[in-house]
Amino acid sequence: MATALEVQNVTKVYGSGDTAVTAVNDVSFSVAEGEFVALVGPSGSGKTTMLAMLAGLLYPTSGAIYIDGQDLSKMPDAQRTVFRRQRIGFTFQANNLLPYLTARENVEIMLRLNGGCKRECTTQARDLLTRLGLGHRLGNLPRQLSGGEQQRVAIARALIHNPALVLADEPTASLDTERAYQVVETFADLIHAQNRAGIMVTHDLRMCVFVDRIIQMQDGRIKRIIADRSEIEAFAAATQRSGKSGA
Amino acid sequence: MGAYLAFKELWRNRGRYLLVSLVVALLTALVLFVAGLGEGLGLGNIEYLKNLDAQLVVYQADAQLLIAGSRIPRATVRAIERVEGVVAAGPIEFSRVSIVLPGTTPQGTPRRPLDVSLIQVEPGRPGEPPVRLGRQLLNRRGREAIIDALVARRAGLSVGDEFTIQSLQGTRREFYTLRVVGISTSQQYSIQPSVIVPLLTGDQIKPKANVEDRPVSDLSSNVVAVKLDLPADPREAQSVVTAMGERLEDQVKGIEAVDIKTAYENTPGYSAQQGTLNTQRYFALVIGVLVLGGFFQIQALQKVPQIGVLKAIGASNLTVAAASLIQITLVTLVGVFIGSVVVLTLALTLPVGIPIVFTPQTVATALVSLIMIGPVGGLVSIRYSLRVEPLTALGLSS
Repeated sequence: MATALEVQNVTKVYGSGDTAVTAVNDVSFSVAEGEFVALVGPSGSGKTTMLAMLAGLLYPTSGAIYIDGQDLSKMPDAQRTVFRRQRIGFTFQANNLLPYLTARENVEIMLRLNGGCKRECTTQARDLLTRLGLGHRLGNLPRQLSGGEQQRVAIARALIHNPALVLADEPTASLDTERAYQVVETFADLIHAQNRAGIMVTHDLRMCVFVDRIIQMQDGRIKRIIADRSEIEAFAAATQRSGKSGA
Repeated sequence: MGAYLAFKELWRNRGRYLLVSLVVALLTALVLFVAGLGEGLGLGNIEYLKNLDAQLVVYQADAQLLIAGSRIPRATVRAIERVEGVVAAGPIEFSRVSIVLPGTTPQGTPRRPLDVSLIQVEPGRPGEPPVRLGRQLLNRRGREAIIDALVARRAGLSVGDEFTIQSLQGTRREFYTLRVVGISTSQQYSIQPSVIVPLLTGDQIKPKANVEDRPVSDLSSNVVAVKLDLPADPREAQSVVTAMGERLEDQVKGIEAVDIKTAYENTPGYSAQQGTLNTQRYFALVIGVLVLGGFFQIQALQKVPQIGVLKAIGASNLTVAAASLIQITLVTLVGVFIGSVVVLTLALTLPVGIPIVFTPQTVATALVSLIMIGPVGGLVSIRYSLRVEPLTALGLSS
């Protein structure tokens, strides 16, 4: 499998001098195409900062981030904006969708941003949403959708434009357990089926049952990488018994 | 892309944005009415001067450009006419009289006389307005008059009719009969429609404090309208007018010559009145800028998370700014459109007496300034939207 994402010795320091805080400290890892990775860790472990750097929303203080062979850490701002809309898919914790666009339009927007939306883009959005079980919700506004439905629309938006890398920030934060499982399972299926590289930041370690690899962060560093299937299942199951925890 | 987002958001929140458009519509109505009133009242005051077929108005030197306080002897008019470059000079005298209206009111009382401006001119010289109907004045002493169309309408007169003017001669009220020979338009002066008569005829009719100073020997007038020989190019013409004013003041003693615009701007009350109405108009525009600016700023504050998401998924600042600008402009345009349709429809039904006049120029100026208030008011919120960081989508800030 080809490498989609390569993170090399990335460090991010906020502030300077005495007040400097190292949020991410010399982190390296890579994600292959068709691989779904969970980025876990307690609050303040640096996982959201890591995600922001992977998305090109923050520049690392040092190190390099290669997506599709292009170094994101060296790209000027305007170019990163274009790169983001072409090569990266995104779902967020909250306020995911534009409230004035219907479910279908919220998905189409990625195709529009990338230069026009003809009839086939409407078909494409409709097909993907139908596959996510939202065929009957195409014309609904976000406020008419449940939390799980909104999250699935966001997933469709993150995948519709064939990105190299799909990033999900706490996709299950506002969902009940059953919905959360459904959403992440769908996400994992699509990433595998479409051969994308996916990274999910989550607090909810039970969701790790659907991923191929777990990167556990602590104090800005990688504490542990779990790649073995049985270990992943054990990890997810352990938290299931003890409830939600920051590991 | 910006337009797509702008339209979608406007349409899905059309109730809210329509309300703002209605505020703009009300402001539009206010600004248009004040502008129309300014034009109407202003014209009522100075229309006759503005429409003079002349380029200069000559006053007595010490009169401080007050028509009522200025007296120009007939000899001076001749002297002005002899100056090189002057085509013609016409003395003009202003006073106020009333026209007796025949018949009675529905209550059985006599109708109130119609107050008019009596303007005395020399037939065939600057000061005599062109007629739309009938003929110009012919006789220097004739008992004939050109009346303003408003007089014709309000007194029910047409060409060939006779009418009676009453005026105070000393302590007695005297009546004079004149015949309408011509009807002119747009000749109000001092907020009254005008009756234009030959100079010598008017000397008998105009009110006098003392009957003994019969003005037959007086032979003077308030001002003189001077028509010049002008080049075709308007800019050159303006400098010729200025130069001729100076030449007149040089060669003829005891006069002050100004162009038409200066003349009507110095008509008592005109500048103060226009200034007041303009202040109201500017205030309405400033209020518009603040209201729209405030509304869109609140919108921008509420939309920080979605602007953050929009930028995070790859929308450029240009897209975000275009969407805001298009929205603000559309909301303003819709408001201005509603407001002006309402006002201009109402204006068609206004009674005759209300001095509201919409000229294409006043309306255009008012509308352009109104359309500007949206984008100007929205600048702050657009700037704000541009500064929203995509990082806010992740709950982070740099």
